Amino acid sequence: MSQYYLSHLKELESEAIFVIREVVAQFEKPALLFSGGKDSIVLAYLSKKAFAPARIPFPLVHIDTGHNFPETMEYRDWLVKELGVKLVVGYVQESIDKGRAKEETGHNASRNALQTVTLLDTIEQHKYGAAMGGARRDEEKARAKERFFSHRDEFGQWDPKNQRPELWNLFNGRKSIGEHFRVFPISNWTEMDVWQYIQAENIPIPKLYFSHEREVIRRDGTILSTSPWLQLKENEVPVKMTVRFRTCGDMPITGAVESNADTIEKIIEEVAGSRTTERGTRADDKRSDTAMEDRKKGGYF
Amino acid sequence: MNNQLLRFTTAGSVDDGKSTLIGRLLYDSKSIFEDQLEAVEASSAKKGFDYVDLSMLTDGLKSEREQGITIDVAYRYFATPKRKFIIADTPGHIQYTRNMVTGASTANLALILIDARKGMVEQTYRHSFIASLLKIPHVIVCVNKMDLVNYDEAIFDKIVADYNAFSSKLEVFDIQFVPISALVGDNVVNRSENMDWYQGATLLHMLETVHIESDYNHIDSRFPVQSVIRPQSKEYHDFRGYAGRVAGGIFRPGEEVLVLPSGFTSKIKSIILGDDNLQEAFAPMSITMTLEDEIDISRGDIIAKPNNRPNTAQDVDMMLCWMSQRPLSLNSKFFIRHTTSDVKGVLKEIPYKLDINTLNRVEQVEQLTMNEIARVKIRTAQPLNFDSYRKNRITGSVILVDEGTNETVAAGMIV
Repeated sequence: MSQYYLSHLKELESEAIFVIREVVAQFEKPALLFSGGKDSIVLAYLSKKAFAPARIPFPLVHIDTGHNFPETMEYRDWLVKELGVKLVVGYVQESIDKGRAKEETGHNASRNALQTVTLLDTIEQHKYGAAMGGARRDEEKARAKERFFSHRDEFGQWDPKNQRPELWNLFNGRKSIGEHFRVFPISNWTEMDVWQYIQAENIPIPKLYFSHEREVIRRDGTILSTSPWLQLKENEVPVKMTVRFRTCGDMPITGAVESNADTIEKIIEEVAGSRTTERGTRADDKRSDTAMEDRKKGGYF
Repeated sequence: MNNQLLRFTTAGSVDDGKSTLIGRLLYDSKSIFEDQLEAVEASSAKKGFDYVDLSMLTDGLKSEREQGITIDVAYRYFATPKRKFIIADTPGHIQYTRNMVTGASTANLALILIDARKGMVEQTYRHSFIASLLKIPHVIVCVNKMDLVNYDEAIFDKIVADYNAFSSKLEVFDIQFVPISALVGDNVVNRSENMDWYQGATLLHMLETVHIESDYNHIDSRFPVQSVIRPQSKEYHDFRGYAGRVAGGIFRPGEEVLVLPSGFTSKIKSIILGDDNLQEAFAPMSITMTLEDEIDISRGDIIAKPNNRPNTAQDVDMMLCWMSQRPLSLNSKFFIRHTTSDVKGVLKEIPYKLDINTLNRVEQVEQLTMNEIARVKIRTAQPLNFDSYRKNRITGSVILVDEGTNETVAAGMIV
């Protein structure tokens, strides 16, 4: 006798695949925003499953800050070949060269906020009707309020106080010309769900997530990798440490954690025992209490 | 790894202890992280509080935190070794009925909070009615703040009796009661030492064990087609798969199926997902189905069984929750989204609306304003293939979309 219920992972997978398929059915030009991080990787693999044996019917769009971990780029190029999917890259450097975005200066300078300009320009240039992202509601408090289908006005802005009600699994993707949607198929997943799914489905991930030796500095309680884009302060001396990354953002702002977890099993064990959230390692969220909400209103991921 | 997922909804206003209860569940199940707690502590101190305001964990928007109120649905997550939980946390005031309906639409279970000092109040009736209207299969009534009534058994018993008397008028079949103090922690995660007279389970134990396997319909087979998969490659030249999510019943390869609205029949050739061939599929599985015969099937069609078909009609009766600032009047036209189909429709009649605090019917209604709930008749441009919402929450629900603004303006439960 079969049991007619799904495990939580299967139910989350089924929900995400349903959402991805709705996007393809409801929008003329969808795209998947790919950062190289584990969440967008899971999204790419879910997309593969959703349309098999056909190929993924939309491109991966990467907003390239130029400040990437080399491991991320290597993985991105491998994945694109592996999935047989088209890659579209929007360059933050181009936005800077055109005067559309202004580089931050100082020790904590980052291109994180600049990505919004490039992202919106890329969406407009390619006329994407829907851009899917791997954001999860458990990540951050402003994201906890996000819909699966999130409407953006013609300026790419999010209006959190006037969101469309979203009932059952009936998603409303109707929009006027010039507007677009951000869609978050793994809204209901937690960090642990993502790791368990990567393990269950045997999904390859970038080496950054596993424990390795790296040259780093400590700054304001955060462990940062040395890189050409990290300006060292006078008293900062790089040291070698055994670390791994819990998220995969820009090199100068993504903090590492000390870790010996060199397998998925060990990572899951570590995540289960962790007393801080993964975004606790992100300098970009610490700028203010509503840093994420403010960036999201403007059109950020 | 093989945990089940339970989605539950809570509704409440600032002072009835809802945020404290959620905070307690998250905190005692070790789902609050140090950096989150530090951020909330810092914000509380900044506002001049001498306690940690756990409601700030759920109230995420700037305007909510400024005003100290919950405006929108917020989703929260926690897990125990037995289950994963998704909480849809909604405001409780009547002006947010639409948010409560939204949170309730996907829930397996509703938590109803009653202040032991106050007993049943208007909000209790309203939340219970919404749970019943949205056919949430399970209800747990938490009688909270027992610490403030000296853990008095008689007070708890009286509230249970009052609630049972009232709920006999509603369609809620699985109701459990638990006396708690969210503030102190009695019977939330840990058993209370202050209420020897209570022999039942703690709230968390109820959440972990309530029987949710039968929450989906596994009898009436329904498969709304989302899209058609045609690989256009040499290897899969003739492949034609129907992608969708099973809405009810069970499908197996070899079974005869009926396609609506065309009425053609065929046999299931295979059921696949990714690289896997499946022996059966049931709700809520996303799958791709192939059939023995090449027949014309497209998005919006429903695959069912020849001896068990959904209702087909152009005049549909439903309970409607109006969600737009602009009032609804007779003869208004909309797009109607039902499973994966999209048709035009017009509002023909409003036989009555409900006073959601008293459940009294108000007849001779010309229009509906935001947050009102009414029985309506809608005429659709093409026939809908539907079940009653009571029978199937997926094939029995619709949303109405405004033709001009593209806004989602109403939620409908087909009678």
